[in-house]
Amino acid sequence: METVTLTIKNQPDLFLEADTITPDAFAGKKIEEIADLHVYVGREQHRLGDFFEISGKAGATPEETKIVVNGDLSRVKYIGMKMTAGEVVVNSNTDMYVGAWMQGGKITVNGDVDAFAGTGMKGGELIIKGNAGNYLGAAYRGDWRGMQAGKITVTGNAGSDIGTFMNGGEIVIGGDVDVHVATHAEGGRIIIKGNAKSRLGGQMVEGEIYVLGSIDLMMPGFAYREDVDVDVDGIKGRFALYEGDLGERHRKRKGQTIYAKLYQRIEA
Amino acid sequence: MTKTVTDVICPFCGTLCDDLEVVVSADNKELLEVYNACAIGAEKFLHSQAKDRLTRPRMRQEDGSWKEISYDEAIEYTAKILTDARKPLMYGWSSTNCEAQAVGSEIGELVGAVMDNTATVCHGTSLIAVQDIGIPSCTLGEVKNRADRILFWGCNPAHAHPRHMSRYSIFPRGFFTGKGHKGRKVIVIDPRPTDTANVADVHLQVEQGRDYELLNAFRVAFKGEQLPDVVAGIPKEKIYEAADLLKSGRFVIIFFGMGVTQSLGKNHNIDEAIAVTRDLNEYTKAAIMPMRGHYNVTGSGQVWGWLFGFPYAVDLSRGFARYNPGETTSNDLLRRDEVDAVFVLGSDPGAHFPFSSVKKIYNLPSVAIDPHETPTTEVCKVHVPVAFVGVEVGGCAYRMDNVPIETRKVVEPPEGMMTDEEFLRHVLARVKEIQGV
Amino acid sequence: MAEYLIKNGFVFDPVLGIKGDKADIAIKDGKIVETTALGSPKVIDAAGKTVMAGGVDIHAHVAGPKVNIGRNFRPEDKLFGYKARSGIERMQGGFSVPTTIRTGYNYARMGYTTVMEAAMPPLYARHTHEEMRDTPILDQGAYPVFGNNWFVLEYLKNHEIENAAAYIAWLLRATKGYAVKVVNPGGTEAWGWGLNCENVHDPVPYFDITPAQIVKGLIEANEHLGLPHSMHVHANNLGNPGNYTTTLDTFKLSEGIKPNSKFGRDQVMHHTHVQFHSYGGDSWVNVESKAKEIMDYVNSHENITIDMGQVTLDETTTMTADGPFEHHLTELNHLKWANADVELETGSGVVPYVYSPNIKVCAIQWAIGLELALFAKDPMRIFITTDHPNAGPFIRYPRVIKWLMSTEAREQQFDAFKHKDKVIEATNLAGIDRELNLYEIAQMTRAGPAKALGLAHMYGGLAPGLEADVAIYDFNPNEPYAPDDIETAFLNAEHLFKTGVQVVRDHNIASNGNKRTLWVNAKVDENPQVMRDVKEKFLRYYTVTLNNYEVTGHYLPNPYVIEVDATE
Repeated sequence: METVTLTIKNQPDLFLEADTITPDAFAGKKIEEIADLHVYVGREQHRLGDFFEISGKAGATPEETKIVVNGDLSRVKYIGMKMTAGEVVVNSNTDMYVGAWMQGGKITVNGDVDAFAGTGMKGGELIIKGNAGNYLGAAYRGDWRGMQAGKITVTGNAGSDIGTFMNGGEIVIGGDVDVHVATHAEGGRIIIKGNAKSRLGGQMVEGEIYVLGSIDLMMPGFAYREDVDVDVDGIKGRFALYEGDLGERHRKRKGQTIYAKLYQRIEA
Repeated sequence: MTKTVTDVICPFCGTLCDDLEVVVSADNKELLEVYNACAIGAEKFLHSQAKDRLTRPRMRQEDGSWKEISYDEAIEYTAKILTDARKPLMYGWSSTNCEAQAVGSEIGELVGAVMDNTATVCHGTSLIAVQDIGIPSCTLGEVKNRADRILFWGCNPAHAHPRHMSRYSIFPRGFFTGKGHKGRKVIVIDPRPTDTANVADVHLQVEQGRDYELLNAFRVAFKGEQLPDVVAGIPKEKIYEAADLLKSGRFVIIFFGMGVTQSLGKNHNIDEAIAVTRDLNEYTKAAIMPMRGHYNVTGSGQVWGWLFGFPYAVDLSRGFARYNPGETTSNDLLRRDEVDAVFVLGSDPGAHFPFSSVKKIYNLPSVAIDPHETPTTEVCKVHVPVAFVGVEVGGCAYRMDNVPIETRKVVEPPEGMMTDEEFLRHVLARVKEIQGV
Repeated sequence: MAEYLIKNGFVFDPVLGIKGDKADIAIKDGKIVETTALGSPKVIDAAGKTVMAGGVDIHAHVAGPKVNIGRNFRPEDKLFGYKARSGIERMQGGFSVPTTIRTGYNYARMGYTTVMEAAMPPLYARHTHEEMRDTPILDQGAYPVFGNNWFVLEYLKNHEIENAAAYIAWLLRATKGYAVKVVNPGGTEAWGWGLNCENVHDPVPYFDITPAQIVKGLIEANEHLGLPHSMHVHANNLGNPGNYTTTLDTFKLSEGIKPNSKFGRDQVMHHTHVQFHSYGGDSWVNVESKAKEIMDYVNSHENITIDMGQVTLDETTTMTADGPFEHHLTELNHLKWANADVELETGSGVVPYVYSPNIKVCAIQWAIGLELALFAKDPMRIFITTDHPNAGPFIRYPRVIKWLMSTEAREQQFDAFKHKDKVIEATNLAGIDRELNLYEIAQMTRAGPAKALGLAHMYGGLAPGLEADVAIYDFNPNEPYAPDDIETAFLNAEHLFKTGVQVVRDHNIASNGNKRTLWVNAKVDENPQVMRDVKEKFLRYYTVTLNNYEVTGHYLPNPYVIEVDATE
């Protein structure tokens, strides 16, 4: 694996749209060519090299390319967007759309991310060591195909609208979450290690939610079924199983209706 | 001598009544009287005659005072701040005609602006919900002629759309509704005991911020599943009763407003309300309609729809349109300092936006196009008064059910005043000059 | 105005009867002229290229309220496919429901110059006209819908043809409309109560009139007026297995009626997107093609024209005034559903749909559309459409042309089907080796539709006197080519002239043109009863006043009025 290191040297007056910071855009390019890649501040087009010091070497393919981004990136958007392979490490808080529509590879953010991280994710791994903003792993507006596969892990808290229209893959939140988890989901798994508020599984057709902490208000459409033992992805314990959303449509398999499942831990 | 102009369209709210009669002086210069309008509509026409009305642009001076400038100077300032900016916000568009909205769109395209309208603090969340789940709807005449179950959720038409209930939703005798309100049942769902709730057969005082849960409970009730004893402060018996009342109708219509579009969950509330409507169509006929506020916010959404493909929060900065509320919406852009100039036309963000956003407008190059002195004009650098659409100039407007109606000119504007469209055409020409297009 | 001489192209023109011979086409003052009439023309070298008149689309949903619902409720339709503004081109977005700007440019890129909006709800006519005004280059018109209109239902129940005709004339003028469109006759009024009319004898609730009476009555009223186009119908029962019988029942309503039109059309009924109406079987399990039975009828009855409604196997957006059908569709695929019923007039529904080659039914639909065209005896009576965007986006027309012209391309598509064998069993297409030629394609996309519209005096051919709408494609039919070359060439015309102005040059948009909006002004004898009925219904049932209903003036910046004298 070859590594390209970017260090921000100039802050944008507004926000920097850097959808070219991906292994796919860098692979097979010389440093001078990488420096010439376009970034945008509003309607002005600039070069990556205008905002970043760039050193190192890109791999021949995205798979062989690692990118490390240093400095204060809190006004940089779109890092890792649509990447198919390779690795990106972001050593600061960063803004919106990290790993949006990514298909493979791995992104690690050593800090917080803003909204829309992992939008429309199709595969790969997104690791956020800090907190995540709203719409983590959510579908793009209007798209009934949300997160398809892959894994998002957040060490801290996350915002609202996690995993809307989720179809597959996994989201793990180390801390607390805000309202609206897995709305309209038809598959996938969301694990919340901290506390949740309300609107978990609203309009959920299928999929799984695990909550280790408290839930302020359960959806009326989720009915308690029974207590079960759970051993999933390192989570072990006795959980109360709720099924729902009873107001939503569900398919049947072998005469049995398949509901979405919400597990809340009773004891460790 | 006077004359009466009939079939006048009221340019205030989304009800867009078109049966007003306006009495004007024989020389068309003075507006004297308005008939058939509600109090708000009548005032819209009559206040255009105010003697202390501003008729020329003005620019804020260093010492904070206003100085009158010419339209040419105002055009120059506007064109300059738009072309200098890297990402200008062009906001408002809800109290003007479609012709102006279209010219504004052309300017926005050239300067890479974010185009946003008042839906951003109102029914934008409804638009998001429609994008996620669609919307079974109809025109207001279908309500008048067929509806026998009327549900007002999170809105108070008695105050906000005063003639709605008499023209469309409760009182009219339509083709299949000859008994008028006697053949209809009205449900109001609102935490408050409003004037609209007063005329309802059923008032469910939902716990504030828990509309999504209550809507979910309706869907659970439709499917005959068990409910908790109380949901959102409403006992389950009342929920089952209301669900049955709706199912037993021939035609259910749900009207909704900011009680659900801007309370906890926002678009999710509307999404679930639309899901309720969808579900009802398995039992009877049901439709749902947003109570749009400004008389032509709907038109702004339509114009941008056919030009750009999105109804609000349209980011044109990269030369092609992008859309994502939360990023491209005005308050998010202002909050994050993501825009560097603000152009406001036909709305009042100074009154409707969070104060923290208004402070940002104050600190940026900014211009407001509005006949009135408003909290917005007071924080902008330049204020350009223009003629009132629907009073002093005509133009197309779209009603809350998307029906387009051509507003009328009933009286002349004050001498020398421009219309929105004229001002924008001048700005467009100047922008093209500056850009060498 | 500029003069042009398009030299040495291989011309395909059914009006002049040129079947690929080399010929020169001359343009002057916006019209086609004899080459001898030119003084000093700009010469376009079309050697080795295909030359045809500008394309004419008889049925597409490109402008109006339900189209805009499709745009606004599908942000995802715009994702990643947007084209930035550049030069004189404004920005263009949307794959299955393009913005009006993209609509104009993409049709022009395909060499099309006239596009008719298939369904205009009268109460919303202003909206349709605003969108057409903002669609560059193309000449357009729109068809108001009549088949669920309360005035029409009441007049035709008592067979009051003159009254119906007077109302039609009034409505065409009020909405600046072009023709009489009928969608799911009676069924969309039934949908006002959540019901439907499933066959031509199923009466409309309350109004107690059958779809058969509605269709027949509107044909008669249309002929009474002598309008340029015939009645244009989307029959009941769209999309349901076994529906071909309803289609034949609908066709038969035109029997014995002769066209009464000074505009040159020979048909009294145009049935649209017939693919959706040609299904046998009785469920999705045994649905099969009845295209042969359908075309046996069409081939033997000259007073009918049809268009294909070809499925293109894309993710697209369905939108139609057949409200109950859209509700049915959303129950099947669970995708977002928008519905808009219109007081006294009509309704509509919009639902996204994915036609996947892995789904047997989608593949059968694909085959049926092509069968209709390949079974046709008279290419002047069957036209290429995809009922855009219902069966696919209009930018797939060149792909449809490729499939019609090449068995190899069809075989390639068959091989891509997951259930190829079941599809072949249920359809006829695999056994058809007919390949259409460019002359037949020109009949199906230019001369045929223009004639059916009553516009053969303006469009569809290259005879002197016609509008100078001329397309030049970088395609040499006399050199060996791969099937994909057809699609590539017809997707991106090299040059296009619209009314004598060059709007596409070297494959690029060269001008935003000066589009015209066509509408029909039919003069009838004064009819006090109809005017009284109109006044009464506006007073009592509509929610706009009569004086605010008519679309006037500036909504049509460049109107082209077709006058019809239907007075006695």
